[in-house]
Amino acid sequence: MERMWTIVRKEFYHIFRDYRTLAIIILLPTFLLILLGYGVSGDTTDVAIAVADLSKTDASRRYVEYFTSSDQFKVEYDVLSENEILNLLDHESISAGILIPENFGSNLSIGKPTSVQFYVNGSDPSIAQTTNLQLETIASMATQTILTEQLTRSAGALGLSNLEMPIEVHMKTLYNPDGKSKIYMIPGLTAMVLQVQALLLTALAIVREREQGTMEQLVVTPIRSWELVLGKILPYLAVGIFNTIATLLVAVYLFGIVIEGSFWLLVLLSTIFVLGSLGMGVLISNISRTQMQAMYLAVGIVLIPAIILSGLMFSREGMPWVTYWFGEMLPITHFLIIIRGIMVKGVGASFLWSSIQALLILSVVYFAASVATFKKRL
Amino acid sequence: MNAYSNAVETSDLTCIFGDFTAVDKVNFYIPKGEIFGLLGPNGAGKTTTIRMLCGIIRPSHGDATVLGYDIRKHAGEIKKQIGYMSQRFSLYDDLTAAENLNFYAAIYGVPKSERKKRIQDLIDQSGLRGYENELTESLSGAWRQRLALACAIAHHPPMLFLDEATAGVDPVSRREFWDLIYEMAAEGISILATTHYMDEAEYCNTIGMMYQSQLVALASPDTLKNELPGLLLQVTCADPLLGEKIAEKVPGVTDAAVHGVLLHISITDKQVVPTLQAAFSQAQNQIIDIELIQPSLEDVFINMVEDRLHKNGHQKQGGV
Repeated sequence: MERMWTIVRKEFYHIFRDYRTLAIIILLPTFLLILLGYGVSGDTTDVAIAVADLSKTDASRRYVEYFTSSDQFKVEYDVLSENEILNLLDHESISAGILIPENFGSNLSIGKPTSVQFYVNGSDPSIAQTTNLQLETIASMATQTILTEQLTRSAGALGLSNLEMPIEVHMKTLYNPDGKSKIYMIPGLTAMVLQVQALLLTALAIVREREQGTMEQLVVTPIRSWELVLGKILPYLAVGIFNTIATLLVAVYLFGIVIEGSFWLLVLLSTIFVLGSLGMGVLISNISRTQMQAMYLAVGIVLIPAIILSGLMFSREGMPWVTYWFGEMLPITHFLIIIRGIMVKGVGASFLWSSIQALLILSVVYFAASVATFKKRL
Repeated sequence: MNAYSNAVETSDLTCIFGDFTAVDKVNFYIPKGEIFGLLGPNGAGKTTTIRMLCGIIRPSHGDATVLGYDIRKHAGEIKKQIGYMSQRFSLYDDLTAAENLNFYAAIYGVPKSERKKRIQDLIDQSGLRGYENELTESLSGAWRQRLALACAIAHHPPMLFLDEATAGVDPVSRREFWDLIYEMAAEGISILATTHYMDEAEYCNTIGMMYQSQLVALASPDTLKNELPGLLLQVTCADPLLGEKIAEKVPGVTDAAVHGVLLHISITDKQVVPTLQAAFSQAQNQIIDIELIQPSLEDVFINMVEDRLHKNGHQKQGGV
């Protein structure tokens, strides 16, 4: 036992002696979260559009206003033809265009149906989807209003005093009602930053001993494998807990994210997640001889799948079963549900029980496997 | 502690990696308090032998005991009682000399109450006084070597393994290092050292020469030199290169080799000398000086290897 603490003490010397290591370990996760947080928190506002208003009537101007009065769209170009819109789309100067035909105003005034043409840059499907949706929503709202106005006018002629839509839809979005993507993404990024940190630090700390030859010395000492591996992991567990709290503080105080649920429950579950990730780091170090191999294995086997398959950025519904189960094997997949549940929805442990169970099992298995399979060797 | 008369004893110690035999039926023993030198070129199996004795690699066949403990059954006990130092001087660069000592003392289980005094003693013993608070990375090769040795003996082991522990250190420091080793042997510590510096082998009580995974010679340095068949002449002549060619044709000459401006000629017996002198004067290659010299361990080793090569060659020819 005392030997384990000797390793722990030495490991802290390594961390605190070299200011570069210290900076990477302490500051980088927070810095990364700040950088990425600003990167993802930009919701699609002020999408640049071009408008070709060929009608040039009061009605057409009011119609365009429906789009510009929200902060979602911004008319960057007033143009005169379809070709000009297409040209601007080619140059990526705008994301969408609206063409209002010449007879728009005249048709509306006599109650005749008319049409409007939208153009959307579909090269990035996710942007195109949001833009489409927003355009459609605003357009149908505008149509509805115009229709109501027309009917009210004729209703007045018929002697009816007031006219209402037959069905009024009330939409209530629970959790994150403003649909701000940062509220959803920042908990995810926090998880990701912890994942990178915990995985790489242990893997490299162990392989470094092998590379610099000190493992050769440790192998001939009476230290037991578990004392060595626990001595290596514990300092980075402490670092992981520190990072968890630091990144959560950044999320709260810099990005203004309100942690709806229990802060300490989140810290506790993060610790379990970090423990599992540290275990994975040790497993990687078991099969790596050099720090470069460890780095590549960590990125290839864990980090890239953790970005793509965990539900961090892409929905896991509809994934083929191989990819789905690969994702299930990653602790971060379950931790994402937990951290989002606690931070965004504010639910307690009982609501997240199945994810907590999965996280616990995976973390314990990875951690136990890493300690059990770690053999001090050259 | 176990009662033992020989610090190390091996019987047919063998290590096979796949289809490569790294160590082939090696037998030797090291009496308590002696310095045993394992010599041989790189890849001869020296390091593998040491690693088996330290309990890092399990032998494929054969047995060995270290300090009376069976290396197969009591590797844990052995590790507590041996010191090990390799040519990599496995130290932590970002720790100070004293911190490295403290680290290894703790890992070797030196009780906390004794540790402080032990470390001060080690610093004095190895002459590191004044450097103890320097970061290890700022120490020169020779100081790092001393520190590595101090770390390896922090727990006062009765047996010390040195694997190429003097590689890459200047001759004066190597000399001082061996003085430390001698002192330790005088205190009753048994030592197994591998090296490929032949001059270092002279410090050893017994030498084992390894070549191609086998122990090809085992004796004291003097015995090895005396057992070298024939005699060795050192000749100073006008044209040593020409002299080499002349000598090789003289019957009774087994080998001739140019050593700088000198010529080393191995002969079967003294009768050959007049014939040799006659051949030189006939070729008008004036002999300035000729003397009988004591062969060095290097000569012994080269002779041993050539002998092996000859035997193997004959075996192969016989097989065809």
